[in-house]
Amino acid sequence: MKKKDWLKISVLGVCLIAAMTFFRVAHAQQQALPKHPPVKSDGKNLIVQLCDGQTNIEVPGVDPNGRLTAEQAQAVSHQLMSMWMAKADKATADAWMKEANVATESNASQDAPKEKKPVARQGTGRTDKAVSEKKESKQLVDFSARDYSIWDKELAKEIDYGNQIFHSDQLIGSTNGIACAMCHPNGANTHPETYPKFQLQLKRVALLRDMINWCIENPARGTRLAADDPKMRALEAYIMAQRKGTAMQPGKH
Amino acid sequence: MNPLKWIKRREAYVRQREQWMQDLMTAGQVEEGRRKFMKMAALAAGAAAGASFVPHSFTLVDVVNANTQVGQQPFTFAYISDSHLYEKTLNERFVRQLERAVADVNALDPQPDFILYGGDLAQLGQPSELKLGQQILKELKAPVKMMVGEHDWFFDLGDLWKEMFGAPYYSFDHKGTHFVTLMSVNEKDFWTAKKLTPMQRMQIVAGLDDGRQSRFEVGEEEREWLRRDLAKVPKTTPLVVFSHSPLYKYYRDWNFWTEDAEPIQALLHPFKSVTVIHGHTHQVLTNRIGNIHFHGMLSTAWPWPYAPTGLPRLTVQMNRPDPFNQTEGMGDGAITVNKSGYVDMRYDMWNRNPLIVSERYLASNGTQDAPPKTTLPSY
Repeated sequence: MKKKDWLKISVLGVCLIAAMTFFRVAHAQQQALPKHPPVKSDGKNLIVQLCDGQTNIEVPGVDPNGRLTAEQAQAVSHQLMSMWMAKADKATADAWMKEANVATESNASQDAPKEKKPVARQGTGRTDKAVSEKKESKQLVDFSARDYSIWDKELAKEIDYGNQIFHSDQLIGSTNGIACAMCHPNGANTHPETYPKFQLQLKRVALLRDMINWCIENPARGTRLAADDPKMRALEAYIMAQRKGTAMQPGKH
Repeated sequence: MNPLKWIKRREAYVRQREQWMQDLMTAGQVEEGRRKFMKMAALAAGAAAGASFVPHSFTLVDVVNANTQVGQQPFTFAYISDSHLYEKTLNERFVRQLERAVADVNALDPQPDFILYGGDLAQLGQPSELKLGQQILKELKAPVKMMVGEHDWFFDLGDLWKEMFGAPYYSFDHKGTHFVTLMSVNEKDFWTAKKLTPMQRMQIVAGLDDGRQSRFEVGEEEREWLRRDLAKVPKTTPLVVFSHSPLYKYYRDWNFWTEDAEPIQALLHPFKSVTVIHGHTHQVLTNRIGNIHFHGMLSTAWPWPYAPTGLPRLTVQMNRPDPFNQTEGMGDGAITVNKSGYVDMRYDMWNRNPLIVSERYLASNGTQDAPPKTTLPSY
């Protein structure tokens, strides 16, 4: 046989083995799925079974062939889970609870001191509206405590740099000894929340940075900063941080 | 230094503003109907003609009250305060502004009995700054009573100031009124432990919102001096106290504050009529605590915002200064001591009409003779 034929045969062989392995695994997986024995209804109410094949719940007032409303379905699933939790061993139940709690907490940590809603529900064996209203579902976020800490620290650095510039005639480039804080202690009377607004003297709608530059050039007799100058950015950060929580009022004079 | 010059400058400013407005409208940069434009132009022309502007330097001062039967003779003294001078080569504007105040006061006719200088003559307590200030104040025609501020004090802890102007606290009598000048800006030692240089110490105190410094206080030794000084004075004698910081607790963070205000007020309460005139706050500021009336002085260097935590109840805010007008919210003024011993405080704000906070307004707890309402509050 030629060298080329050997190659053909070996490629064919590899393919065959791969195919056989795939079908065998798929078959095994199909085999592994548990078969739940069908739950028999007495013909009056719908019976719903949990995926463990053991926990069942009868929904009063719903025909065996009928459909659940979304609300009913949610209540039924809560109820089934709490029944399962009551039966499950402690380690499994704790692991599940932990996962559920982590999802809730990482959402809640964004807006700090909120009352924590209990996640666990006590099963009563009956579905009702009250049970379905207890759980306030929240979407999972990917931010950890480390993320929040980095955001805070980086912002604090920017504000602190702005604070230094705001209080120094030298950093602001003043030529007559005047610093921002001399007229605006703690950023008072800078009212960044009132911009943009029309300023006749500037003959156009002014932004906070236009007024910062006005003060640098006139009272402080310095050189204006570019809009994206690191000092301008830091000054804006400092000034705005002083007015945290103030309602925006663009156009206010 | 002709005060007329300043009025002309103000009129020029109003005219310039009007010209800008017209230019913008003509160029179509501002949306404004023609009829509206005509109306506004007419209004502005009226304002420019001085219809609503009274030049304060020529306002006649009612020095002698109509009622002069009994009690003491009313009289007037003027004030200039908080000039914060740098050397002229560094900052000429502050120098010009102090000169302007001196010209204002020299133009008063009749002349005041004396002039109170309210402290903070220098910005960083430098010898060159204090000497420059002294030289400018020498131009005043009437005698000057000096008070010290923290900006004069904390470079050398008052050594040069005392050498130039004398004792930092003293008392005197004038036309039946007992006057006391206090040194109210002592601070607890925050510099020795940190091994700060005199300049570092001065810079920290010069920062109004710099929390590294201590709070102002008169201190125990000086309080004892005050107690002894007042012991000699009959309780019916009108009392006027000068202090750089307000002798009450207004806003701690900016040292609009005197730490031992209560024990000092306790020394003042037995008197029939007491008035405290203070600097440091650079704004129209009014308060009354029992028998004590408090008035803040204007600065010649820059105005300060009102404290964010609120104001004494009787204070009517001066309008927020226009940042495009470099002498807005600044000025000087005159104080008339009435027959009762209480005073009418007049604020001669540059570019604005004079504002009077009268004895009647304070005595009536704000129900009578209220100053004009604020239209542009601080925020």
